[in-house]
Amino acid sequence: MRPTATSTAAGAVGRKPALGAATERLEGRDKVTGTARYATEQPHTAPDCAYAWPVPATVAAGRVTAVDASAALALPGTLAVLTPDNAPRVGESDDPILRVLQDHEVPHRGWFVALAVADTLENARAAAAAVTVSYEVRPHDAVLREDHPDAYVPETANGHPGRRERGDAREAFAAAPVRVETSYTIPPLHNHPMEPHASYARWDGDHLTVYDSSQGAHPVRTALAGLFGLEPGRITVVSEHVGGGFGSKGTPRPHVVLAAMAARHTGRPVKLALPRGQMAHVVGYRSPTLHRLRLGAERDGTLTSVEHEMTAQTSRIKEFVEHGAVAARVMYAVPHSLTTHRAVRLDVPSPSWMRAPGEAPSMYALESAMDELATELGMDPIELRLRNEPATEPDSGLPFSSRHLAECLREGARRFGWHQRDPRPGVRREGDVLTGTGVAAATYPVMCDPASASATARPDGTFLVRIDATDIGTGARTVLAQIAADALGVPLDSVAIEIGSTRLPYGPLAGGSAGTASWGWAVHEACTALTRRLADHHGPLPGEGLTAESDTTEAAEATPPFARHAFGASFAEVRVDTVSGEVRVRRMLGVYAAGRILNARTARSQFIGGMTMGLGMALTEHSTSDAAHGGFAERDLASYHVPVNADVPEIDAHWVDEVDTHLNPMGSKGIGEIGIVGTPAAIGNAVHHAIGVRLRELPLTPDKVLAALR
Amino acid sequence: MSTGTGSGTSSWVTMTVNGVEYRRELDNRTTVLDLLREHLGLTGAKKGCDHGQCGACTVLVDGRRANSCLLPAVAQDGAEVTTVEGLAAGDELHPVQQAFLDRDAFQCGYCTPGQLCSAVGVFAEAAAGHPSHVTDPGRASGQGPVELSRAEIRERMSGNLCRCGAYPNIVAAIEDVTR
Repeated sequence: MRPTATSTAAGAVGRKPALGAATERLEGRDKVTGTARYATEQPHTAPDCAYAWPVPATVAAGRVTAVDASAALALPGTLAVLTPDNAPRVGESDDPILRVLQDHEVPHRGWFVALAVADTLENARAAAAAVTVSYEVRPHDAVLREDHPDAYVPETANGHPGRRERGDAREAFAAAPVRVETSYTIPPLHNHPMEPHASYARWDGDHLTVYDSSQGAHPVRTALAGLFGLEPGRITVVSEHVGGGFGSKGTPRPHVVLAAMAARHTGRPVKLALPRGQMAHVVGYRSPTLHRLRLGAERDGTLTSVEHEMTAQTSRIKEFVEHGAVAARVMYAVPHSLTTHRAVRLDVPSPSWMRAPGEAPSMYALESAMDELATELGMDPIELRLRNEPATEPDSGLPFSSRHLAECLREGARRFGWHQRDPRPGVRREGDVLTGTGVAAATYPVMCDPASASATARPDGTFLVRIDATDIGTGARTVLAQIAADALGVPLDSVAIEIGSTRLPYGPLAGGSAGTASWGWAVHEACTALTRRLADHHGPLPGEGLTAESDTTEAAEATPPFARHAFGASFAEVRVDTVSGEVRVRRMLGVYAAGRILNARTARSQFIGGMTMGLGMALTEHSTSDAAHGGFAERDLASYHVPVNADVPEIDAHWVDEVDTHLNPMGSKGIGEIGIVGTPAAIGNAVHHAIGVRLRELPLTPDKVLAALR
Repeated sequence: MSTGTGSGTSSWVTMTVNGVEYRRELDNRTTVLDLLREHLGLTGAKKGCDHGQCGACTVLVDGRRANSCLLPAVAQDGAEVTTVEGLAAGDELHPVQQAFLDRDAFQCGYCTPGQLCSAVGVFAEAAAGHPSHVTDPGRASGQGPVELSRAEIRERMSGNLCRCGAYPNIVAAIEDVTR
């Protein structure tokens, strides 16, 4: 086929749309044969490549008074030890965590205070271990508590107002005939992508090339340009295959700065892969959150007031406040509402983004409280939610661009067999086991960022689409090719796609469940523009093909007068062993309304993956701020319990068809995060239904369950 | 040790990887995983934790699955190692590789090589009748192959973490191969 106007149009006749199909991942074969190359696996790695190994601070707060590198430098193969005294000076950064080795302050345990560089990995590790660091230690405070005297209400929490009030929630609560007052605790949680944060950095003269395990190559380039005082054009960042991120690779991390510093200092290419045990302190984490809720309702279940106050921690060097009280601003019709974020600055690592930041903790708290209210009312929890469906977004008063939570709840109830449920808690016994079922709603906002793309029709009849998108496991590469194929009206296998490099047109990071919308819009625009160019073109294509470009800045930044969110309903059945206290999930179901589903196969994987992380949040994942020593006690995968295969039962995800014309040309909402949102509350509510006792501190481990059963 | 002397801190090691014999002088601290990734250019086996806690580095050593990050290479002199790069027969994927594609049994792909090697190890263990934690304790050993039920697959694959949460698809893929 020649990509002339007529043949393109002809190709579209009788062609099945690529979007919506369960297309296999384009890079799937590379991933199952081990040929997909991640950051430090480049086949062209130079023979003189050096290895870097960071040295973390072993005190919770203080100053480095001396770094003795003599023993490390005396070891075979050591090339350099970078310290606050000799490391290359870097420029300013919006993000204080990137200015590593620039001063002697230690803001938290695990902060990098030196970097060993050697000719081999083994020598680098040994050199790092031989570095002796002396400190002047300050008293520290690393434990979050609600009555902390330093707690304050920030202006904003990740862009959301710190406090919002409608009506008079306190008075309405006092006057409500049915009241629930409750509190919940969520511990610190770690992203722990399977691929540690890693970089391969190389200087060629004054050009810096970095292969980085990142959710966005362009943001990494911007950060490095500022730090190293380089024009962005003199930096290339490549993030072609990325072994997960879940938010922790959404912003540049100190390892990439250290790798670039070490490469400049030694004049050799440098590989730096963070040891797993160092990650908890330097790659961000979900702050612990303490929640207080008060719900007031009429006897028929109509909500009259909602109060949600959340307290989170942030570090001394950076304000990052988990927006863990936002859900009530979106979810239910209520005349009186007060939502407040509180933060406490502590001597702790800087918290950051983790899958469904804000929504995951706030919906755990709100949806657990709603379950408590249903119990108090003697009302079915699905009926309670349906009773309080709002006509417009409660906080803004804006109409929803689409909202099919009710459909998700009803469809989920049908599929799950909810209507056979005996509502009485603590009555289903199978030997030593109590069983129960629970439900919770889910929500996640629709976001979209500006992006650019190019689309080229090549003389051989194929097409090339280029955009700096990042595939962290979502299937971005595949879905963007599908979007291109449909916009061009050509078969999917005639579209080649290049992503994951700053050599390509600008794309924003993979985050906020906004990737497909942001990149996809740009791809769609470039491909539609190319189709128009092809229609005007006569005769054979020139050797370099015909190219069209797009820039969605204006379209993506326009704010339509709608509240735009995805919704969902999560269901879980649990069995609780009354002897061991162990909670096992027997089955889970998620039903989502997330706009048009663009790839049925990868979408389902995203949903069940999010639900699995939600299962971890509910039952297994737990980190502890170490009061005595600072930092986290659980720093490896033996102590921080990511769910394993045996923890995960039958999980099913479905979606309701949702047409929403107020989103983007594809009509899609983000799906990468909503799966985690409703799951913890659904499981927690199921545990209450099983044992008849409400547990309010995650995760629901045997110690807590046994204590409740006694 | 048959490794030859090397210097005080290194040894000569011979290892057959995916049917190819390699002989290298290695730092005695070098693990099989780092030998594969940093010396042989076989980056299929992944380093997730370097502590035997995640399973991303799983390879087959003399036919049995092992966390290659826990094996000093010097102690594996003469071993036959199969990595994910050695599972396919030329262009023809191993059935479990094909099943992983068919079932979308991965997302980011970083744990996948370990999952695949682990699955191949599981097939052999089950065929040899090795019990797992969920095998009926009353089942006499030497009673023939253990049937790989979903519970058996889940249990036996629990040394391989997948943070993307592809477990249900991994189980389905492995089930496909056993049928």
